[in-house]
Amino acid sequence: MKSQRILVTDPTLRDGSHACSHQISVEQIRRYATAAEAAGVDYLEVGHGNGLGASSLQVGLSLVPEGEMLRTARACLKNTGLSVHVMPGFATVKREIAQALEIGVDLFRVGAHCTEADLTQRHISAVRNAGKEAWGILMMTHMASKEVLLEESKKMQSYGAQGIVLMDSAGAAVPDDVRQKIGLLAEKLEVPVGFHAHNNLGLSIANSLVALEAGARIVDATARGFGAGAGNAPLELLIAVMRRQGYPCRADLYKVLDAAELAAQLFAENLPGSNSVTIVSGLAGVFSGFAKPVQRAAKQLGVDPRDVFFELGKRKVVGGQEDLILEVASELAQRKQSAPPPAPLA
Amino acid sequence: MSTKLKVAILGTGNIGTDLLVKVLRSEWLECRLFAGRNLSSPGMMKADQLGVPVSSKGLQSIVERRAELDLVFDATSAQDHLQHAGVLRELGLLTVDLTPARVGKLCVPAVNLEECLELPNVNMVSCGGQASIPIAYAIAQANPSVEYVETVSSIASRSAGPATRINLDEYIATTEEGLAIFSHCAWTKAILNLNPAQPCVHMQTSVLAKIKEPDLARTREMVGAMVKQIQAYVSGYQLILPPMIEGNRLAVMVRVEGLGDYLPKYAGNLDIINCAALAVAEAHARRRADGALALKNRASL
Repeated sequence: MKSQRILVTDPTLRDGSHACSHQISVEQIRRYATAAEAAGVDYLEVGHGNGLGASSLQVGLSLVPEGEMLRTARACLKNTGLSVHVMPGFATVKREIAQALEIGVDLFRVGAHCTEADLTQRHISAVRNAGKEAWGILMMTHMASKEVLLEESKKMQSYGAQGIVLMDSAGAAVPDDVRQKIGLLAEKLEVPVGFHAHNNLGLSIANSLVALEAGARIVDATARGFGAGAGNAPLELLIAVMRRQGYPCRADLYKVLDAAELAAQLFAENLPGSNSVTIVSGLAGVFSGFAKPVQRAAKQLGVDPRDVFFELGKRKVVGGQEDLILEVASELAQRKQSAPPPAPLA
Repeated sequence: MSTKLKVAILGTGNIGTDLLVKVLRSEWLECRLFAGRNLSSPGMMKADQLGVPVSSKGLQSIVERRAELDLVFDATSAQDHLQHAGVLRELGLLTVDLTPARVGKLCVPAVNLEECLELPNVNMVSCGGQASIPIAYAIAQANPSVEYVETVSSIASRSAGPATRINLDEYIATTEEGLAIFSHCAWTKAILNLNPAQPCVHMQTSVLAKIKEPDLARTREMVGAMVKQIQAYVSGYQLILPPMIEGNRLAVMVRVEGLGDYLPKYAGNLDIINCAALAVAEAHARRRADGALALKNRASL
């Protein structure tokens, strides 16, 4: 059904928070939000990388308080909706959701690890009761089968979610995974289904296109891929590919290209790219947001960040468990001290 | 005459059932009633097999059997405890609340057991609170100017039942309040992660703090002593990352291995809150036995 308009959600100012250790400034928000409004993305998502209430020593303190980030963006948006990411366990209804409602957030994307949808029940209902739009977000979806994802999505749908987005948070998916998972959900759910890519294995655009082919009606993409790990699907590339393949959307190609040029300037120092750490993180299936803290801990403790990633992968860590980085790195450092120098690999 | 304290457990989920196994092992406590709503729940069936009197009439069964009881453990949910607390108070029953309802004073046995014994209703904070608050307290004792304390707990998905899941916000609020009270630091934050990994992960808790000029040696000493105190009632409590400075933060990490009473050993979150609740009840029992002994000695003079 190519005639149906595709919703484009742009989490540049939320996922991109990971890429700059949560140091997005008010000025960057103001300028990028203005460009996103002009570009005509359907929603712009703003906030700490791990969503509302996540600014912490554990996952990193935000430079700008949450309320100020949201108010700044709100003032720049008119036709583009303001969206936030909400993870129960970090964000509470009474504190963070209440503040976001008061500021005038339009869309709450309430997420949980892909097998834990029931954690979102209260938060989704609270948003719906307040008369705002709520979507359900399943994260780290490479860790669950399509059947499990369907079951978890149905729970969110029953809580009132008006859309379901599968996030490939570790950038670990290949196109066939996406086709199967999105295909099943698009067929079985009543609400629209979306996909959020990461580029760790260089497949973000390919995976997003496959998601559209399999029936996704929502796609996430960020300007210049400004996001965790190797970044997201670059918005400018995705809009170009959608145009090439005839998927209609509200966004204007030239204005999207302009927004991407602006992002390249605004975030020049922290634009994500592919490197040995992001590749290993995708292979190990570890949340892309771990890249920076892993590099910091590995450097401090004198261990190979790639080893840290594979060890974290073995432990099947999920987003929010950043404290394990320190434990794993110090364990590896101890092992290195006590073990004789390693023999060359055969 | 038995000197055992006669208790009831209200709530037959993961926490209540694990607590039951611990109560049955205690030389100070006797379980007179295991009450919930559903006689065919796994916890209820286990209690029945163990020969414990069960009831599906919840709070009402406690009202009916008031005369047989000294103390009630409430292992239901925060919303339910708000309903139960008034009734239990009117009945004059000692109440140990394991939900994050925050009706009674927050109790962390390693820090404030004695004063809690004077109160009719005490609250056991949360599993993450029991693991983190004593560490935050020790950090605050070693460092006069703690600016911020944060705790992050990760627990196995399998160990978090429906009440725990629906109470995430209360978990956060109660744990943050506990941290603030015990560490005398107004700015606190609590985070909870549920990890679905198989095999299940052990409960793990980090305490992170921002401190002006931290005294690392003294912090290590105080934290080490506190860990020993906790181990006296939670045997599986282990310090896995002694206090270290990383960047601008002080970090401490503990792991709790459970006793494997109801769920396997990974479910340290059940153990730590239940061992703490048990410590409160046993202290009441001991105190009463001491009182009875003193009375007897006086009578024989």
